[in-house]
Amino acid sequence: MSETLVIAEQREGTFRPVTLEAIGAATMLKQAGGGPVAVAVIGADPDSLVGDASVSGVDEVVKVKTGSNDFQPEQQEAALAALIEQRKPKVVMLMHTVDAWSFAPVVAAATGCGFATDVFEVRMEDGGPVALRAGYKEKVHMEIDFPGKETVLLTMRSNVFQPAEGRAEPAVSSLEAPQADVRTTHESWLEPEDAGGIDIPGAEFILSIGRGVGDESNVEEFLELAEQMGATLGCSRPVADAGWLPKARQVGQSGQLAANCRLYVAMGISGAVQHQWGMKHVPTIVAVNTDPEASIFGVAHYGIVSDIFELAEELRNHF
Amino acid sequence: MKIMVTVKQVATLDDEFELRDDGKDVDADFREHELNEFDDYSVEEALRIKEAASGDEVEVLVVTVGPEEADEALRQALAKGVDRAMRVWSDALEASDPVAVGRVLSKVAEREAPDLIFTGAQSSDHAFAATGMAMAGFLAWPHVAVITKLEYQPGAERATVHRELEGGLEEVMTVQCPAVLGIQLGINQPRYASLRGIRQARSREVEELAPDDLGLGGDAVGEPGSASRVRRMIVPERGRAEMIEGTPAEQAARLAEIIKETTGG
Repeated sequence: MSETLVIAEQREGTFRPVTLEAIGAATMLKQAGGGPVAVAVIGADPDSLVGDASVSGVDEVVKVKTGSNDFQPEQQEAALAALIEQRKPKVVMLMHTVDAWSFAPVVAAATGCGFATDVFEVRMEDGGPVALRAGYKEKVHMEIDFPGKETVLLTMRSNVFQPAEGRAEPAVSSLEAPQADVRTTHESWLEPEDAGGIDIPGAEFILSIGRGVGDESNVEEFLELAEQMGATLGCSRPVADAGWLPKARQVGQSGQLAANCRLYVAMGISGAVQHQWGMKHVPTIVAVNTDPEASIFGVAHYGIVSDIFELAEELRNHF
Repeated sequence: MKIMVTVKQVATLDDEFELRDDGKDVDADFREHELNEFDDYSVEEALRIKEAASGDEVEVLVVTVGPEEADEALRQALAKGVDRAMRVWSDALEASDPVAVGRVLSKVAEREAPDLIFTGAQSSDHAFAATGMAMAGFLAWPHVAVITKLEYQPGAERATVHRELEGGLEEVMTVQCPAVLGIQLGINQPRYASLRGIRQARSREVEELAPDDLGLGGDAVGEPGSASRVRRMIVPERGRAEMIEGTPAEQAARLAEIIKETTGG
């Protein structure tokens, strides 16, 4: 078959909306010479996920019943390997999420299919997919093909593809998943620590600091500057990892999305892709960095090459 | 017991760089090398388990797949106190993708029979986030990716891990050992090597292996053994910020204007 098979993601039986981005990508590929779109819903009660997966562009929903809604890598792997074996899809798409990191490479190794991760563009060429992903900290793009591979597994970068929307009435089928030897056990969830009133997703103006702040003792002056300017102080991962600011202030994929931000001032942040995920959509971004080649300048609208402390001190005179 | 830590010598690019004549990679003249940031944390995590145990109970082995210059990454780990370092290479490994590298590392693991394998959650250059878990696939070992906390007693049948999910949510899981664990940034605070350690590491042995020694033929490595092929690299047109020039006072004044215009304040 020439189909594109999307693997839907669920957590505790709830459909994860990020899946709609993969369906969007698969639908785009279909319009550009790819095959029909099937979506596999895998879990203890796949029937309950069929409705969420029945969106525009989807031709078929495949139910795969397993013993648990817990994330069990071995069970996901067994289900995906069976789907590949039986349906022989041309392309399999997952989102490049932590769940996918945990099981997609295992399936690639076990089945011998083509494989690329963190893909942000895909097209069909001579009947097979060609994928684009970034390399060398986003400084280059790598064009990747998969010679001789019957099935190609791709994990797709989030916040790139238009999520599928609108209802559809796809065909529904089922597939028997083999029992897997599950060797990981879910114990509990740890919700992010209490934000203590810090609201990165709600903030309209964020002043954010990164590694360039250098030392914990320097953090206080930026808290003060943020307050003086009426901004919420955010940070990049290294600052939160070091414990200099609480995790609730971290902007990026493993932290917060600056969902309502209209102005983002990044000081001493180099701009790793995980950080960009949380802020690159902001309508006005100003980056301050001593390194004129920092990748943050690639997403910023205004750039200032300067020592952040000197600039911060001058800035205080204006508020 | 033994902990195997896989490490990678990653490449960073100079500010200005050129592609190779075949267009498939950046010219080596424009690449500099350093230890993958994530591996710094996995080496540290292994050393902490070693130091918490008694005597020589825990052996830590670091392994890399790469040419001679990758010894530098291994020596960094040796300088911090790992017991053994191993490097696998032959020209046939050139153009290996993460799946092919994962296959090579799985053969090392079969030979060394460690109780745990730590691998960086991803590499800081290409960020495939694939090699370690592909290795787990070849070994058919239990595995968890993106771990921010590990509780493990040497010799225990299971380890307890925190798996970091999107948005700061964490899942506590237990995993049967031997297992492959993908280590995330922030799980610990990596130490710096002492000058004495650095000096001593220079004369330490790096065990060298070729794919042949691991029973891997030419079809198992390089392009034939890979799940993907880089057809070419492209230098993207980068969006470029409008640069605000001047003295810090002038730059700050312009920034203040932008802030006031945007916030209406």
